[in-house]
Amino acid sequence: MPQSIPEPEFDELYRELILDHYRNPRHSEPLSDADVVAEGYNPLCGDEVELRLNFENGSVSDLSFGGRGCSISRASGSMMTDLVIGKPIEDVRRLSEQFNKMMTDPDNEVPEELGDLEALQGVAKFPVRVKCATLAWHTLEDGFKQRDEGGLPPGGVVRHEE
Amino acid sequence: MAIETKRIREDFPILKREVHGKPLVYLDNAATTQKPQVLIDALVEYYSSYNANIHRGIHALAEEATGKYEATRQTVADFIGAPDASNIVFTRNTTESINLVAHAWGRKFLTAGDEIVLSTMEHHSNLVPWQTLAKEKGVVLRFIDIDDDGQFVQDDIERHIGPKTKLVAVTHMSNVLGTINPVREIAERAHQHGALVLLDGAQSVPHLPVNVQELDCDFLAFSAHKMLGPTGVGVLYAKRELFEEMDPFLGGGEMIRRVQLEESTWNDVPWKFEAGTPNIGDVCAFSAAIDYLSGLGMENVRAHEIEMVQEGVRRLANVPGITIYGPESAERRGGVISFNLDNVHPHDLGTVLDHHGVAIRAGHHCAQPLMGRLDVVATARASFYVYNEKEEFDALIEGIEAAARLFRAPVHTGA
Ligand SMILES: Cc1ncc(COP(=O)(O)O)c(C=O)c1O
Repeated sequence: MPQSIPEPEFDELYRELILDHYRNPRHSEPLSDADVVAEGYNPLCGDEVELRLNFENGSVSDLSFGGRGCSISRASGSMMTDLVIGKPIEDVRRLSEQFNKMMTDPDNEVPEELGDLEALQGVAKFPVRVKCATLAWHTLEDGFKQRDEGGLPPGGVVRHEE
Repeated sequence: MAIETKRIREDFPILKREVHGKPLVYLDNAATTQKPQVLIDALVEYYSSYNANIHRGIHALAEEATGKYEATRQTVADFIGAPDASNIVFTRNTTESINLVAHAWGRKFLTAGDEIVLSTMEHHSNLVPWQTLAKEKGVVLRFIDIDDDGQFVQDDIERHIGPKTKLVAVTHMSNVLGTINPVREIAERAHQHGALVLLDGAQSVPHLPVNVQELDCDFLAFSAHKMLGPTGVGVLYAKRELFEEMDPFLGGGEMIRRVQLEESTWNDVPWKFEAGTPNIGDVCAFSAAIDYLSGLGMENVRAHEIEMVQEGVRRLANVPGITIYGPESAERRGGVISFNLDNVHPHDLGTVLDHHGVAIRAGHHCAQPLMGRLDVVATARASFYVYNEKEEFDALIEGIEAAARLFRAPVHTGA
């Protein structure tokens, strides 16, 4: 952008890694025979998330991420799929907690485990955008809860609203 | 007399400031407008020279404050062509004005099976109060839909407004599409069926010449902050006989005549609806904003915005991948342009534009049903006022193009 030298904050928000996940989302092909389908919705900005989950031996064996939303919400979901697939649910829960902490406390040191998601740290400085980043994760937690309770609604779809 | 933006801009101190190192380009006027120095001075003058409670003191300051407060009521009445100052009640904003009608008129006069006609383009503040009333009273809500040009469907107007209709409550001008609705014609039809008409004038009164007697509306609600005035002041206009027969909205001081332990009698209209100490300072200052607009002439304000919309649509339409919502003809829309850019979410667009010094709104604009109707999650919206100039579109377009470059993968463009 020749006409503007972005300020550091702005650069921190739209890191190249985020833009890359936004433009080329990972695991965006919906799983055809998912064990659980969890939908997330943020009525304030209209972001929509659809997660399709498969489980095997207490681990997330596969996960697809779809929906519509801003770059932050799309990148966050895309990065989440990379990080979560193949991990035991217990580990994923811990990661989710760490991610939430990163979003609510900008000064908190980011654990290495979070990998690429570290790129989203700058979002914590834009309070209006934090919910964009957390929507996919909150929807994932809802998907887990439903699996634990075994009480999936007909069609296996869980709805989460921010 | 055309609007001279160069001279007008001198009157607005905030327009001199920079945002992120860029000159401020303020295009969020449908949300709230900036304030001229005369308005700021009027506020300072109130608090530094005649601050007092009104209608009760017997001292000089109280008399001055009461005089100015009531003079503003007359100024507002004149501005919208109301027959008398007593047709004007001061509230906090449009939202409160509409709630006042829902409570004080709706609760008293509506019963199960009565119908209220709204539209799919309403702001939440002209939707939620009626939903609440509908639940409580068993009143039925009907909705005039919009066509592809963002205008009311004529058939719906005829189909929905009928013998069971008790109220038609619609926006005069849409805050998302900019559509200026045929409210004169709607009022005629409603009155043929004995129904009343409430106009949400939050966008129309600031931007168009509005005359309540010509429109023949029964209620009109608007907000001072969207027309160069202070926040915290709203207006409800109503025909005198309606104010007379309505019950009070809130009870307390100011709105009573005689209070006994078990019961009270109400003050005269309009004070019956202004319980407690009102927003005296802001109301008094509001007259400076109205005088400023009257000085410009609302016909001229309107003409300026038609030019701005024509130019804005022309410039935006040249951006690849842009979708513009609302009426094709600038004559049928106010100074509002909602749009979307392929593959760029409005929030991202808003953030990038902010870094170019350009303030727009991104989101659902408190019109979620309309977003559903347009089949979008949100839109970006640029909205104009008397101080905006065509040159400012340069920064808007530059920012939009920067966002397109930032977010669009080359392989995805034009998809
Ligand atoms: C059409 C319309 N109606 C109602 C409102 C509500 O105005 P306020 O927030 O001042 O009550 C607005 C402003 O956002 C509006 O644009």
